[in-house]
Amino acid sequence: MSSTTEQALSVGRPFDATRARRRHGWFGGLQGSEHAWAVAFALPYTAVFLFFVIYPIGYGLWMGSSPALYQELFDDPRYMTTVINTLLYVGIGVNLKMFLAFMLSGFFIRKRWWSKFVLVLFILPWATPALPAFMSIHWFLNGQWGMLNNMLFELFGIDGPVYLNEHWTGLAANVGAYIWKTLPFWTLILLAGRMAVPTELYEAAAVDGAGGLRKFTHVTLPLMANLYFVCTLLDMVFALGDFNSTFFVSGGGPAMSTEVLATLGIRYAFTVALPNLGVAAVMSALPLLIPLVILLMRKLRMSEGQL
Amino acid sequence: MSATISNRRKRSKLYYRVQHYAGEIACLVLGAVLVIWSLMPIYNMWMIALNKHDAIFEGGLWPEDPTLEAFRVVVTQDFWYLAQFWHQFGNSFYVGFMVSFLTLFIGSLASFTVGRLHLKNGWMLTNAALMTYVIPASFLAIPMYRIMQIYGLANNLWSVIATLTTFATPYAIFIFSQYGKSIPMELDESARIDGANPWQIYFRIYLPLMAPALVAVGTYALLLAWNEYLYNFLLLSTPGSMTVAVALAQFLNSDESPWNYMMATAIIYAIPPIVMYYGSRRYMAAGLTMGGVKG
Repeated sequence: MSSTTEQALSVGRPFDATRARRRHGWFGGLQGSEHAWAVAFALPYTAVFLFFVIYPIGYGLWMGSSPALYQELFDDPRYMTTVINTLLYVGIGVNLKMFLAFMLSGFFIRKRWWSKFVLVLFILPWATPALPAFMSIHWFLNGQWGMLNNMLFELFGIDGPVYLNEHWTGLAANVGAYIWKTLPFWTLILLAGRMAVPTELYEAAAVDGAGGLRKFTHVTLPLMANLYFVCTLLDMVFALGDFNSTFFVSGGGPAMSTEVLATLGIRYAFTVALPNLGVAAVMSALPLLIPLVILLMRKLRMSEGQL
Repeated sequence: MSATISNRRKRSKLYYRVQHYAGEIACLVLGAVLVIWSLMPIYNMWMIALNKHDAIFEGGLWPEDPTLEAFRVVVTQDFWYLAQFWHQFGNSFYVGFMVSFLTLFIGSLASFTVGRLHLKNGWMLTNAALMTYVIPASFLAIPMYRIMQIYGLANNLWSVIATLTTFATPYAIFIFSQYGKSIPMELDESARIDGANPWQIYFRIYLPLMAPALVAVGTYALLLAWNEYLYNFLLLSTPGSMTVAVALAQFLNSDESPWNYMMATAIIYAIPPIVMYYGSRRYMAAGLTMGGVKG
């Protein structure tokens, strides 16, 4: 016990000394006016944080603090549907997309003369603002005269279903639209991650007699695992807060059966004029959001140290 | 014996060639599927915009006789939803540039004081920013709406500017503190010896050297503001203060709207960000890999 303490101290001492020296050097020892400058530079963000982050969060917590609200929420049958929708939306939308993005990053890293053109067109959904894109998808899927059903009819003679009038196809349309919009972004991120893997590793693996599959499982996978995990977590947070795709593709319909928590909260607050209930709906996502955020912050801070 | 070996070798050569071509064809098919998947909704947008209003309901995969009439209506503000279209376009630009400028200013000051001046307890600032980055914006919409009324900013463009700056700055601080590590401290030290004060170091040394990161984050913030819908919709209510996104969504208020006008508006609204994305793709990609989510 004492020996370990001593060890820790002996390791700690020189470290402290260098820190102390730095503190009294040019940068650590902020004297007088220097310190005033440093504080002044920090003021704008501190103000933004207090007035537009802390205050709304506190206000929201206060609005959603009454337990009766949650009773009311759980009594609403649409709420349970919404929770299931949200879980499916986040679980399927994010994981399916990240898997596709990972595979596609492997497709794009092999340079062919035409793959550059495919990539340029492939990032178009990401570059298009969400609102026009989702409006277009809404009309694309329209049962009577949408382009998808027109195509099915002219090419195969099939009368397609009225996609947005049913719960499951409506939800699938929202998830599909979300994947369509964000797949290029995550593909590019994972592509950048793959390009950062040193080619020497693949060469060394090839010298050791590894084929394509073993290179993938023994070089690509272990090196990409962390990035893949961080991207998945981050996108889960984004998907949880995604409002546009559900609001503009299915509009939450039919009969509010495809709502997710983000749209249900807004619906309660601004259509039914029950703002406190809306806040409660959003806050009920916290048990899922908080673990995600804690994991993410630890991961992001770690990667900050690495870079 | 040797014959069987050469035989096998020949066979395997043929086998590999077939495999190679099959692989290439599979890749081409995948490429074609990706292009169709990516372009379908965009093609659909153009098709509706180029159709006559009543022709939309007739079906078909391309416009029977395409017309630019819808675009003329939008550009000349010839429909009552679009009566102030160019004014709203200006509003969108104003919000975008203000958000971009404020994000760069506030974000660079904060990361300068934490990363270069080593402000005591500066990590709290970075942590606060990181936390804001992982809070979904739509979850704060209801209290934010109330608070803007308390601040007296209801139906004022500055409410949107303040909100979007709040959500863009954390990313800026994150990227700037990553990128700032590549700038040697010795530059600051030598400037200090020459008698520069922190503001001069920030303005004359830090900012010029941060230019690539500033471009990446500035573009990010501009696009974030231009593409935002929810906060614009909640906080701006009169035609004079609306941005294009809200004006565009107005078409959804009625079932009888002329969809070709709506899609023409949508295309005009989508063009500036698309041009910016393709123009700054290199910077954006650099910015994303610089810090974004690199594990």
